[in-house]
Order: sequence, then structure tokens, then C-alpha cells
Amino acid sequence: MKELALHILDVAENSVRAGASCIEIIVEEDRISDKIVIEIRDDGSGMDDDTLSRVLDPFFTTKDVRRVGMGLSLFRRAAENTGGYLSIDSRQGSGTTVKAVFGHSHIDRQPMGDMASTVTSLLLSHGEIDIFYKHIIGSDEFVFDTRDIRSVLEDTPITSPEVIRFISTMIRERKTLE
Amino acid sequence: MAKLTIEDLRKIREQAKRSRNLREGEGTARITVHMGTCGIAAGAREVMDALLKAIDERDVRNVLVTTSGCAGLCSHEPMATVEYADSPPVKYVNLDGEKIVRILLEHAVEGNAVKEYAFAIGSEKMS
Repeated sequence: MKELALHILDVAENSVRAGASCIEIIVEEDRISDKIVIEIRDDGSGMDDDTLSRVLDPFFTTKDVRRVGMGLSLFRRAAENTGGYLSIDSRQGSGTTVKAVFGHSHIDRQPMGDMASTVTSLLLSHGEIDIFYKHIIGSDEFVFDTRDIRSVLEDTPITSPEVIRFISTMIRERKTLE
Repeated sequence: MAKLTIEDLRKIREQAKRSRNLREGEGTARITVHMGTCGIAAGAREVMDALLKAIDERDVRNVLVTTSGCAGLCSHEPMATVEYADSPPVKYVNLDGEKIVRILLEHAVEGNAVKEYAFAIGSEKMS
């Protein structure tokens, strides 16, 4: 993966497959503690202890089209390469939280990348899912929530090209609705 | 750029409503971009971005875009599948932003499969 935003897209796709109705993506970039903390929380089906213990094994997958499952392993490796770590908290029936910590100034840390594109990609293919996205950079906090958008949209689908373009601008320019 | 207001979003909503009325009942094609780990790592999100930009800019009205997971052909990613009217689905491989726009215009809009980018015609099991 070339960007942290792509890892986030990949992990969030897992949440979708776990039947999540809301995905929370929280990114905190802090130069003082020299860390980037990424959390992806969902309210999907969660995992039992057995699955949870094997989920970071690249040769474990829930799919049957292939025998490897690289997503979380790659994310963990990316975090560990910068002196960070990845942890997963999950309980069957109550969702999953994936947390990855990166060394901010580490030479091997991938760039944050295009979060607007990650969020709109998720929305376009899973328009019924709500996304809460909070991105903190130092003391500046940006919050985006599809529920705020939907309350204005009424019955117009959030996946309409015009709406997607609007959301993309909001995220790219870190603008909240006023 | 000026602030984004709820009023702006309301305008967008009305605009979307109007173009949606024009679109209604015209869905003749579906493009599925494969977005598994392998697809994403190979550039599927860029393919998706290029596709949406082209649909928006050229005001394409008959095409539905969706995503799927890994289809087990990871080394051929980024991939997309096009279903046009009642024709069998066509799987396209090793895509990029330019190829997907050509596929959109020639296959999803005009109905002529772009054979040089196609991997196979027909569908296999998807997860």
C-alpha cells in the first residue's frame, strides 16, 4: 500500500463485510508525541476468540477464492516498520476496533494519502452505511459525519454524483457544514 | 474558497434530484471495481476515482458503479467487471485511469466490449 488512506479503505471494507451499519474512522496526527494514531471502529458482527487469534496470520482468510488474507497483516507490518504497533479489539456481536500507531517522522512511514477518495469510495459502493470520520492534526480537528449530510438530503441518495463531489470537497478542504 | 453551508448542500440536493429524474429507468450497464486488498494495493481506488470523474464530467447516465472484493486473480489487479444489458459480464484486467475511461465510453455506454483489455467473458464465484 502506498498510503495510510489505502490501508484504512481496506480495513473498512472488512467492516462492511462484517455487516457494519456505521464505521468510525479516527486519525490523530501529533508531531509533539511524534505519532499518528489510526482507529477504525465498526458495529459489525465482531469475531470470536478463535478467529481473533488468527486474523493477523497472513495465511488466514474468511474467503474461499484464495488462501491468503493480507489486509491486516500488511497494516500491522506498516505500523511496526515505523516503530509502532497494531491492535485489534473485537467481541462477537459487538463490533471490532482496529488501532494502528505509526511513528510520525519515521522514514518508512507512508504518507497519509487521499482520505477524501477513501471515504467516497466506501460510500459509493455501500451507500447505506454511515461513516463518521474525525481527523485531528495538532490542535486542529476536522469532523465529517454522513448522518449530518443525510439529514439535509432527505430522500436524495448520498451516492448521487453531485453529492459525492460535494463530500469530496468537504474532506479535501477540511470544511464542516455551517 | 468560501465556507460550505447547509444551504450549499440543499442546492446540491435539488440539483441531484433533477438529474436523478433524468437518470431514472436508464440503467443499462453496471461496472464493478474489485476492491479487495490486492485491488486496492494495485491501484483500484485510482481506477474508481478516474471512473467517477469521467461519469460526472461527461454526464453519463446509464451506468451504475459498485465494488466487490477479491476475485482470486490478484496478479491481474486492478480489475473491473462490466455488465451491459443482457450480454454476459466481461472482466477487465491490469487497469488504470485511462483504460477504465475507454471501457466506460466504449463498453458501458456504447455496448462494445474493449477486447484488448478483457481477461475473460462470463462470471466466476465472488466472495
